[in-house]
Amino acid sequence: MTESTQSHAMPTPQALRIAKLQRVQDFLFHGITQFFALSVLIALLGIIISLSINAWPALHTFGPAFFFTQEWDVVNGEFGGLIAIYGTVVTSVIALLIAVPLSFGIAVFLTELCPTPLRRPLGTAVELLAAVPSIIYGMFGLFIFAPLFAEYIQPALAATLGQIPGLGILFSGAFNGIGILCAGLILAMMILPFIASVMRDVFEIVPPVLKESAYGIGCTTWEVVKNVVLPYTKAGVIGGVMLGLGRALGETMAVTFVIGNAHRLSPSLFAPGTSIASTLANEFGEAEAGNHLSSLFALALALFIITFIVLAFAKWMLSNMERKQGLKT
Amino acid sequence: MNNSSNIDPAVFSRRKRANKIGLALSVGAMGLGMVFLLWILSVLFFKGFAALDLSLFTADTPAPGSDGGGLANAIVGSLMLVGCCTLISTPIGVLAGLYLSEYGDRSRIASITRFVTDIMLSAPSIVIGLFVYAFVVAQVRHFSGWAGTIALALIAIPVVVRTTENMLRLVPGSLREAAYALGTPKWKVAFMITLRAAQSGIMTGILLSLARVSGETAPLLFTALNNQFFSTNMNAPMANLPVVIFQFAMSPYDNWVNLAWGGALLITFAVLALNILARVVFREKVQG
Repeated sequence: MTESTQSHAMPTPQALRIAKLQRVQDFLFHGITQFFALSVLIALLGIIISLSINAWPALHTFGPAFFFTQEWDVVNGEFGGLIAIYGTVVTSVIALLIAVPLSFGIAVFLTELCPTPLRRPLGTAVELLAAVPSIIYGMFGLFIFAPLFAEYIQPALAATLGQIPGLGILFSGAFNGIGILCAGLILAMMILPFIASVMRDVFEIVPPVLKESAYGIGCTTWEVVKNVVLPYTKAGVIGGVMLGLGRALGETMAVTFVIGNAHRLSPSLFAPGTSIASTLANEFGEAEAGNHLSSLFALALALFIITFIVLAFAKWMLSNMERKQGLKT
Repeated sequence: MNNSSNIDPAVFSRRKRANKIGLALSVGAMGLGMVFLLWILSVLFFKGFAALDLSLFTADTPAPGSDGGGLANAIVGSLMLVGCCTLISTPIGVLAGLYLSEYGDRSRIASITRFVTDIMLSAPSIVIGLFVYAFVVAQVRHFSGWAGTIALALIAIPVVVRTTENMLRLVPGSLREAAYALGTPKWKVAFMITLRAAQSGIMTGILLSLARVSGETAPLLFTALNNQFFSTNMNAPMANLPVVIFQFAMSPYDNWVNLAWGGALLITFAVLALNILARVVFREKVQG
């Protein structure tokens, strides 16, 4: 007993050496892991800085008007990003308009209606749909969907929605299949599983007690979803939608195959157009150094900043949701 | 509502109707989603199997206009790119995840890193390709397999970081405390106790990152580019499945389009298999 207290009071030189060594090792290990964690931050900064440097000549030449000019003339060296930005925004909005209600339905089905044994396989199926590489969606869109779209859906849309005064111009023009609307639809198919699986995850956060009390006073399933689940998970649902929007804005391959890649601004959604990502994919390889290359970098910078903001908003909304989950458990 | 015994039949039937319509739409949405999945997969199998034969794996990509050919160089290129990407991204991602969960925890650096990682997770992959072009390709003045690997690693690292951190957080604190009580230094606890306990979870993350990068096309367009010939030189442009699929699918040659479908089937099969494998590994861990 006395011996052991003595050894505590006076550590042997050997023990001291080990303690010292361990402190150094700990310090090193802390430093190394921290360095790698920071490398993610460095990568982000690197992306922003290198894009900005490369985009600077174009932004300097054309000024802020770059983002509002529709000129994209490779021969004469006149560049403006409006058409690509328009294409990116419109295809993403179409995708959201279609994908959000559908993924809401899927999430409701998976959390409220689905028989328990089927829940896991169907949930996995949705997640697998999200894992399919985007180039596959592009090929599917170009070879399978676009011909069907031109033959059946476009004439039907032109005959119905196309007849509405004012709105009709959106659904006019030749039935080519490929075009902005087709790109929007393929994007919708692509982001559908992303949004659906986030929504399902946030719906599962709702405390059963809340739902059970609503059922207890005689609410129907639909009323429980509408009046209990949805208000409780509002932030998470918006976060999921924003996450899908972020994906849709930056999607390259699925869009490049089916958007038509034409630098034209047309009021019709049937017309071919281009998006920022598909412009980059098509032209970057052949662009000559100078204004063309620099304009492409400027578009990439714009895309990166827009998606960054959208994704940051999504993350903020979802972290609010996570805090709620923390309160529950 | 005021008088519970007095049910208004009109209100009651309206509520019932709304419920039925809402739920029917929800089932319909699920059905539509499944139809999409089956449609895409069946098209892939139908078109892909038609292109699948031995020469797909033995012959190189054909020259424009010539018959036959396969994807051997693209398959090998893709494997090399993804393999090197995993070798780079796994240590970086795991160590960064270790920092976030064991050292950083709630510090400001850690929360900023976490936030940025989450954003990089969904950042447009083509922009990452452009960044690597400006950072590597434009400096050394030629496209290369290494540039492609770096671009892929930038996409894979966030996936590994986030799954590693989440999996380390599942390790019970009592396990760490038990090790500390024996006088184990922190780095040994982190590296030999926590990391080992979360082994299969981290494996899941690596598999998911593999699945994620295997299908990425956009970042390779301007980095690894493509190579018509068989090459294992990481310092030269390198053939890879996604870019070959992209070029061949857009081409006017029937045998190219056919090869593109074959490649698409291979990639999708690989990605889905990796995803399912990741799930199986994780489930075993949760149950065991």
